[in-house]
Amino acid sequence: MTEHEDILRRDPRAEWIARNRLHPLHQAMTQVSAVVRGPSGLIRKNPHQVGFIGPNGIKRIDRLAGNGQTATGAKRRSSAAQEVTLPLHQVVEPNAYIIVVPDMAGGRLTAQDKDILGLAHELAKQRKALNADENLAVVAVCFGESKEAQFDEAGVDRLIHLLSAEYEGFAPEKRLQALLQIESIYQPKHWLFPDSVHGGTDLALRLAVKLDERPAAQAWQVSIDTTTCRAASGSQDIQRETPRILMILEECGQAIDETRHEVLPLALEVESSVEVRLEDKGLIAVDPNAVPLAEAEFILSAGNGIHNWQQFHDCAALLGATEGASRVAVDDGYMPRMRQVGASGTWVTARVYVAVGISGAIQHMQGIGQCDKIVAINTDAGCDMVKRADLAVIADSEEVLAVLCRLAQQHTGKTLEQTETTSEVSHVA
Amino acid sequence: MLPKVLALVSIGRHPQSGRERRAEQDGRAVEMGLCLQERQLMHLSVAHAGNADSSVLRQYAGMGLSKLSVLAQQANEDVLSPLIDYVEAQQASMVLMGVRSEMGQSSGMLPYLLAERLGWPLLPRVAEIQSIEEGVAQVLLALPRGQRRLVSVALPFVATLDNAAKAPRQTAFGPGQRADIEVINTTSIADEVAAQWQFTPAKPRPKRMKVVKAKTAADRFKAATAKPVGGGGKVLKNETVEEKAQAIFDFLLEEKVIR
Repeated sequence: MTEHEDILRRDPRAEWIARNRLHPLHQAMTQVSAVVRGPSGLIRKNPHQVGFIGPNGIKRIDRLAGNGQTATGAKRRSSAAQEVTLPLHQVVEPNAYIIVVPDMAGGRLTAQDKDILGLAHELAKQRKALNADENLAVVAVCFGESKEAQFDEAGVDRLIHLLSAEYEGFAPEKRLQALLQIESIYQPKHWLFPDSVHGGTDLALRLAVKLDERPAAQAWQVSIDTTTCRAASGSQDIQRETPRILMILEECGQAIDETRHEVLPLALEVESSVEVRLEDKGLIAVDPNAVPLAEAEFILSAGNGIHNWQQFHDCAALLGATEGASRVAVDDGYMPRMRQVGASGTWVTARVYVAVGISGAIQHMQGIGQCDKIVAINTDAGCDMVKRADLAVIADSEEVLAVLCRLAQQHTGKTLEQTETTSEVSHVA
Repeated sequence: MLPKVLALVSIGRHPQSGRERRAEQDGRAVEMGLCLQERQLMHLSVAHAGNADSSVLRQYAGMGLSKLSVLAQQANEDVLSPLIDYVEAQQASMVLMGVRSEMGQSSGMLPYLLAERLGWPLLPRVAEIQSIEEGVAQVLLALPRGQRRLVSVALPFVATLDNAAKAPRQTAFGPGQRADIEVINTTSIADEVAAQWQFTPAKPRPKRMKVVKAKTAADRFKAATAKPVGGGGKVLKNETVEEKAQAIFDFLLEEKVIR
């Protein structure tokens, strides 16, 4: 019986009904047989029967084949994507370590830190291939308070978190002492540092001097045998054997993205006996408008929606924000050209960008692509800036800025006269 | 008798032409030394370890130095121990230099090795020395994003200068030519470890590609065309102005941009 079922048989009547659109059974027949076999058994598609007639009588073709996302479908899909748990990478009873000392600028792992963690796993894999007995764990050493919640997805097998307040701020001597202790206990195979101005280079060099090693600075190609590093202000490459201490440039490894890691704490008893000769007196308030716009941390940016410019400058001074502007505000002469954000202006990297009265032309959105958090104050709820913003306020900018000024005054206890020196710079148009 | 500040200078490399020049940060070290001298805080002396015939030394001297010392060294020799001897002989109480050399290995190790051997503290990336009172200096360190940190440290110390420090003054040709260049002969120690390394012209680094790990054609299409959107931002529409402003202010406090 089964043999007979395999034979493809034509149904001339059905074919005839399918051809005859006036036949009373035509609709039912064609709907049912979505897949039509040709005489040789090949699947034939009737191009006239693709798609369906939409509600307004126009033929619609759905080429997404079930991948299309409706408004509700999109949400369901994204929540399902979040629930996907990556496979857990476990290191049971490690007998060797690769130690990464991330910068943790702003309390979170930077992109460079994540790349270096990825590189550490790459090195671990290469070592494992040579020597199967070696059970390597990638250890991150983290100083001070951290806001990072995703150590596991960044590839941290073990974490040494030195939470004590003495490691906060500028404490290279204390940090160095902790690293030396780690060195004596764990004897890591490699020390990986980011080659950065956030303090990674400084700490690496201090450690290298203490351990009497010749580190690889500005390394950009690292394998277990050879390392290539930049030298002579980027004009030369040095090829050398891979040392134990490496300072690694940006984008030199692939960040971990397909596994989760255990993030088990490693114990470390630090004896604090080091003599502190560098006394940290804390951060100094700097004139926010003297900071180059491209590297300002906090920008208050003005657009076409600003009418009271004096109030805007006062607000920026009170909040301690660097001033930015959209192209319109600059073209109208309210702000100097050097303050323009976006295409033909400056591409900013602020952590927090407050856009007041800027609806978000694509040229402006390009310029703020690297900002972490966006706050929008706008009267138009449908504008692009509101869609992009992490916090959007639909209101008139003048009223909101007035209240913000008052709140800032209450918070800092400063009046405008005390901050007047900073706002003077901004009036140069 | 004023304490001595020693600025160590090296030969720089112009990033475009590759010609020898005053090194950016070493020029700043000399500038800072001259400023300290003008403020009657320290007495400046400048030293270079390397080739005494280089014309760049005249550029440093043209900043207003009457004398410049050169520890005669060949390329690929270890300058550390002659420098330590020199610093000790000069009885300097502050050593200034750039973070990394613009020629050679540019490892940035020299200031750290010097500080370690001398037993002095090291300050990385100094922007300004505010004051020196009773042997304690108040120093501003340059941090990323234009921030500054105040650190107090007792003399003597070694410091490296950031690009945020005051730019070096213009050099004058005539005074530079007239300056006295004192050559000090030193014992040479070859750097045998670095002799085994291969130095080649820098290869361009590969650019990182944007890898799209999409399963379906529709996802790939979306990744290629979609505008970057924040997704799920909070929108305040019907609250009072007070509440809206308070929400923004709390957000700024939470992100720690308002101190």
